[in-house]
Amino acid sequence: MTVLEQPGSYRHIPPPAWQPRTDPAPLLPDAEPYRVLGTEAAAASDPELLKRLYGELVRGRRYNTQATALTRQGRLAVYPSSTGQEACQVAAALVLEERDWLFPSYRDTLAAVARGLDPVEALTLLRGDWHTGYDPHEHRVAPLCTPLATQLPHAVGLAHAARLKGDDVVALALVGDGGTSEGDFHEALNFAAVWRAPVVFFVQNNGFAISVPLAKQTAAPSLAHKAVGYGMPGRLVDGNDAAAVHQVLDEAVRRARAGGGPTLVEAVTYRIEAHTNADDATRYRSDAEVEAWRAHDPIVLLERELTARKLLDEQGIQAAQEAAERMAADLRERMNQDPVLDPMELFTHVYAEQTAQLREQAAQLRAELAAAQELPGERDGSPQEGRQR
Amino acid sequence: MTTAAAGTGLKPATMAQALGRALRDAMADDPSVHVLGEDVGTLGGVFRVTDGLSKEFGEDRCTDTPLAEAGILGTAVGMAMYGLRPVVEMQFDAFAYPAFEQLISHVSRMRNRTRGAMPMPLTVRVPYGGGIGGVEHHSDSSEAYYLATPGLTVVAPATVADAYGLLRAAIASDDPVIFLEPKRLYWSKAPWDPERPDAVPGIGRAVVRRPGTSATLITYGPSLPVCMEAAEAAVAEGWDLEVVDLRSLVPFDEETVCASVRRTGRAVVVHESAGFGGPGGEIAARIGERCFHHLEAPVLRVAGFDIPYPPPMLEKHHLPGVDRVLDAVARLQWESQWTSPEPGAAAHQTADAYESGAR
Repeated sequence: MTVLEQPGSYRHIPPPAWQPRTDPAPLLPDAEPYRVLGTEAAAASDPELLKRLYGELVRGRRYNTQATALTRQGRLAVYPSSTGQEACQVAAALVLEERDWLFPSYRDTLAAVARGLDPVEALTLLRGDWHTGYDPHEHRVAPLCTPLATQLPHAVGLAHAARLKGDDVVALALVGDGGTSEGDFHEALNFAAVWRAPVVFFVQNNGFAISVPLAKQTAAPSLAHKAVGYGMPGRLVDGNDAAAVHQVLDEAVRRARAGGGPTLVEAVTYRIEAHTNADDATRYRSDAEVEAWRAHDPIVLLERELTARKLLDEQGIQAAQEAAERMAADLRERMNQDPVLDPMELFTHVYAEQTAQLREQAAQLRAELAAAQELPGERDGSPQEGRQR
Repeated sequence: MTTAAAGTGLKPATMAQALGRALRDAMADDPSVHVLGEDVGTLGGVFRVTDGLSKEFGEDRCTDTPLAEAGILGTAVGMAMYGLRPVVEMQFDAFAYPAFEQLISHVSRMRNRTRGAMPMPLTVRVPYGGGIGGVEHHSDSSEAYYLATPGLTVVAPATVADAYGLLRAAIASDDPVIFLEPKRLYWSKAPWDPERPDAVPGIGRAVVRRPGTSATLITYGPSLPVCMEAAEAAVAEGWDLEVVDLRSLVPFDEETVCASVRRTGRAVVVHESAGFGGPGGEIAARIGERCFHHLEAPVLRVAGFDIPYPPPMLEKHHLPGVDRVLDAVARLQWESQWTSPEPGAAAHQTADAYESGAR
């Protein structure tokens, strides 16, 4: 029937696909970051958990300052510090079961350490003696990822594979505010939602992508709001409130584990240090801004709560600091030893079986190394003399 | 292999059918093999290579993904991390480019960066090359990008039997394999018995498709039939050409190539992808380095022009054809005596392979 055959009636009903498929309201994040410490919600939190978080935060801060010091001493090639973000790092590690997987970026070595990784192995990438210094399967920590957000689809694929195999495994993937602009962030969230993969995407919004502030990164109401477009819930949390971060991540992990699909969590935090030791943060932000965030320090917030509730005293604070010092001393001592490197390993892991071309090149390097050993002139710094032999 | 129905034997099969059969057999043999890509499920792929797989193995084993190549390959990386053996389909050569970051930054080097702890046993199937009348972005020969990336294995079958054997080997490989499927050979037919597929000697072995004594044509993928035809046509010119099918660009079978060139003393490398920076340059250089004293003439290349892939109505001028291959063979200094190049000298024109030296 044509329109002309229905004079006076122009009502047209679009096909069903025209309608929105889900109600977006339950997916929306809170207007303000969720907080526990210093609020009524704090009373409900587990004292043992808070104490554990505190010990880990103190240890984590010391890890950060020690790694930064090692960089100044030339023991690390570079260190992207997570100072100020320890609540996020520690909570991300603590909410996972042993069988779960963590997908860190280069700024997340602390999360890997809090999960049980040897700090020396976690820092291998940044020391520069190899790329990934640990077997990812051992603690179920994926290789530290440098190309931003590219680890997110890996987390989705791994979680999806685990679910296909019938394994109860959740993947938690860390990313920064800058990383949310990458295409892989979008694709990973979309795949995860479509597949209902047991993944938690954890955005540490620390205010800056090197020098670029969030306002130049996105026009979204919040990064957590991005979840809604994919059909997953977004949660906004105070990233310096360890109890709140732990609670929100824990809920997201439980939801994923129960088959509820992925969640996007945005933690609002601050990168107290520069991007790395090679960066000069005074070029793009004020001291006053940094000081304001120092007052909102994750350790200070938790210490205040614990002491107010008489769960922590001077002795407890001292004990936590001493434990952290022991970790730092051990790290210092081990990082001050030169790693033993085998240049021939450059050819070992490229393929399962070396190609003829790689065998040739390995032989070339081996010969060069042998020649350098045989020529004392090289070692004396007079290579010309050595070559004449 | 499943039970062979008695009396089936050789029947004409297309390369697309052989590829589909390879996927099916791999999935049947190994539950960790998963196929994923755009339209690979219900539709069976735009070239129907995955036809029937989702029906036989379920949508969890043969999965229609969202339309996002980086996401497809990126999630496949995660699946491989968890012990699966994903086979990814990139719908067309040029549509694989969004996945390059995953491919280069992760797939190719995951084994290396984890000191062997995390290999990447995944296969990326890429329908590639021109000659099918495809519009823009449907006909690229993208192999140069892949073979410039250490850690990748790069395979290009040219026959029905190889399509099956090499794809099985690719899926079984513990390293990531870029599996380049020559689109215009998808419907090429050859007698083939799916119940008794020919044994393929693993990835990395070239094969002499036509023995000859005058010169060697070195090729792979869609250019093999061109070279075979050229070799037959060359007989009338008095040339007995040997044709080497590389089958894989990485690993590169230097042994077979050099043995052939040392026998014949002359070589032409033939491929569709652009000549400048293409595989032919690498192959010619290797022959020069290793067979210099056996060469009667410079190694020549017959390649696609150094232009973006042409629109379909002009592609016949771009693709290396029989005549262009024979022209190159004719320039292989059959006078055998090298004359010193003197500008303007008539003899130089015939003695030198390219008067301009541009390529």
